[in-house]
Amino acid sequence: MMTEAREVVLPGEVLGTTKEIRASYGTFVEDDKIISKFLGIPKKRGDYLSVVPLSGVYVPKRGDKVIGFVTGVEKVGWVVDINSPWLAFLSLSEAVDEFVDLKRTDISRYYDVDDIIYVQVSDMRGGNVQLSMKNPMARKLKGGVTVKITPSKVPRLIGKSGSMINTIKEKTKTMIRVGQNGVVWISGEKIEKAIKAIKMIDEKSHVIGLTEEISKLLSE
Amino acid sequence: MRPNYILKVLESGERVDGRKMDEFRKIKVETGIIKRAEGSARVRMGKTDVIVGVKMDLGTPYPDVPDLGVLRTGAEFVPIASPDFESGPPGEDATELARVVDRGIRESDCIDLEELCIKEGEKVWMVYVDVHTINHDGNLIDASALAAVAALKTAKIPKLEDEKIVRNELVKKLPIKHIPVTVTVGRVADNLIIDPTKEEEEVLDSKLTAAVMEDGKICAMQKSGNYPLSTEDVEKMIDLVIKKEKELRKHL
Amino acid sequence: MGMKTEEKLIVKGKRLDGRKPEDIREMEMKVGVIPNANGSARVRFGDTIVVAGVYGARPLFPKHLQESDRAIIKCRYNMAPFSVEDRARPGPSRRSIEISKVARLALEPALFLEEYPETVVDVYMEVLQADGSTRVTGINAASLALADAGVPMKDLVVALSGGKIDDTIIIDLCGKEDNYSLADIPIAFLPRKNEITLLQMDGQLMPEEVKGIIKNALKSGQKVYKKQKETLRRKYKE
Repeated sequence: MMTEAREVVLPGEVLGTTKEIRASYGTFVEDDKIISKFLGIPKKRGDYLSVVPLSGVYVPKRGDKVIGFVTGVEKVGWVVDINSPWLAFLSLSEAVDEFVDLKRTDISRYYDVDDIIYVQVSDMRGGNVQLSMKNPMARKLKGGVTVKITPSKVPRLIGKSGSMINTIKEKTKTMIRVGQNGVVWISGEKIEKAIKAIKMIDEKSHVIGLTEEISKLLSE
Repeated sequence: MRPNYILKVLESGERVDGRKMDEFRKIKVETGIIKRAEGSARVRMGKTDVIVGVKMDLGTPYPDVPDLGVLRTGAEFVPIASPDFESGPPGEDATELARVVDRGIRESDCIDLEELCIKEGEKVWMVYVDVHTINHDGNLIDASALAAVAALKTAKIPKLEDEKIVRNELVKKLPIKHIPVTVTVGRVADNLIIDPTKEEEEVLDSKLTAAVMEDGKICAMQKSGNYPLSTEDVEKMIDLVIKKEKELRKHL
Repeated sequence: MGMKTEEKLIVKGKRLDGRKPEDIREMEMKVGVIPNANGSARVRFGDTIVVAGVYGARPLFPKHLQESDRAIIKCRYNMAPFSVEDRARPGPSRRSIEISKVARLALEPALFLEEYPETVVDVYMEVLQADGSTRVTGINAASLALADAGVPMKDLVVALSGGKIDDTIIIDLCGKEDNYSLADIPIAFLPRKNEITLLQMDGQLMPEEVKGIIKNALKSGQKVYKKQKETLRRKYKE
């Protein structure tokens, strides 16, 4: 089976003009030229041209659901590492519904250092990232292991309507949570195989025919 | 607030102190002002004030040029000269200034290093050129380079008696072959400016410094600043350096 | 610079290593060579080898160094002690401090630093083997490493040295040529619009010659640019 790579574009490469199409994520406009900011894959969706970078750090966006690691317990909240150049903060009021008597309560009973949590980014302003667990899907993730992939490859890992990730879950009998920040949490039976598949997607996201390769790997 | 005002003024082709875009501030050069140094000069350009001292010492030559004296240039941005300067070893800006001043002197063959050889491979004169900032109001490179050359031109070599230096007896002039002059051109919006003040420097896009010899040859160049330059920019800046260096040369 | 030599550096139009005046040395480039770094590249021009690594954007402490509206870029050029003939003492020298500064200024205009406020992008250049033109080789490597790291860029950065030996204008000076040439002019530029981000000179040349060497280097730099593009694309070819 021949594996073809999708056409990769480079930073500074001219992709089109604003007369033909609209510039979107991963591109910038100079005069009327649309230029790529990244080493990545160009994507045309309707009227919009974007570039998905093949590497890069996670830049939090409001609404993103991410997996974070509690690194510090403060008086009124927790400092969380969300695999990003900025630290994030989960305030007590966004994490706990019940009334908490701060004079008597050590809030580490709710979440403590090294806990893994599935949270939502509620705000990102300058260098301040605010998290919230108000979304019903938010929870502490117990047990399992985590791996990190390139954040821009999360859509590929999830697949169209979740097709890719569901295939992996079924074939490896695992529960998997994928954070938009590139952190993936896995728990269940064939964890090693699931990780292999996830890593392959991270490395070969640009290859056409990846879906078949993954199917093959999972069937072994 | 102030930087925006200065930027507006410069963008319209004028300057806060009323100078023309390519005009130097009032320049004053004094030599022989530091008794303990074998050569010295103080240069003031407007409020910018630097002193350069030349000290001579005995040392060993570099192994690949055993018959040449040694030139060493240093610069200190001492905190007394500006609220922006901190104590401690020279940072990247002071280091860069020292190396740019050095380049002008070294590449032009300013000092006759061969004449400074006492015993080939073993003993030579070391020439230490040290730049000391006294007040920073912009254009430190041009002022320092001018002071360095003025100090070298008037420096004298101390007497050697039984292979020891007799400090207070200066017997002959430091042999000088060429005179480099250094000019920095700044660019802001589409305008080129000469001799920026500290406030003007803070709003410049880019600078190009070049050292020119008496025969018109360029012997050193350094681009600095955060913005790129087009080839046309570079050519215009080089032309302006050539035009203005004569004014500084008058002071030497 | 300007050392005297009895040796002729150009004989019958051929340089010491057999090159024609306009020839660049053999170039080898590879990205993704340091797994721990966000991006990395190894670049070789003849016998000059430099490895560049990029970490970032990442958190910056102490806080007072942070810029509220953009990332800062830090650059460290360093020579390995074994990279030169006479062992170089480890640690920063004044030369490496200056080069770190001009290299940073050569790369910064190419980056969209506003996308990562309050963070830092660390760029490291390690010279493993020095045979002239190490800073431009380092800048070529750093440019690849930044693209490899996924730092948003306006353009790649291309760098090359130009000079003059005997009466001939040459490109890409090797170590010996660097020592004995009449002039050594390292240049870095953004290739799409030919915008110069690094320009230095050692030597003695008439102004018109300087201008000619700059133009020449920009033109020859396109060959380096081509190689950089191939190297980045090659990472994602099966």
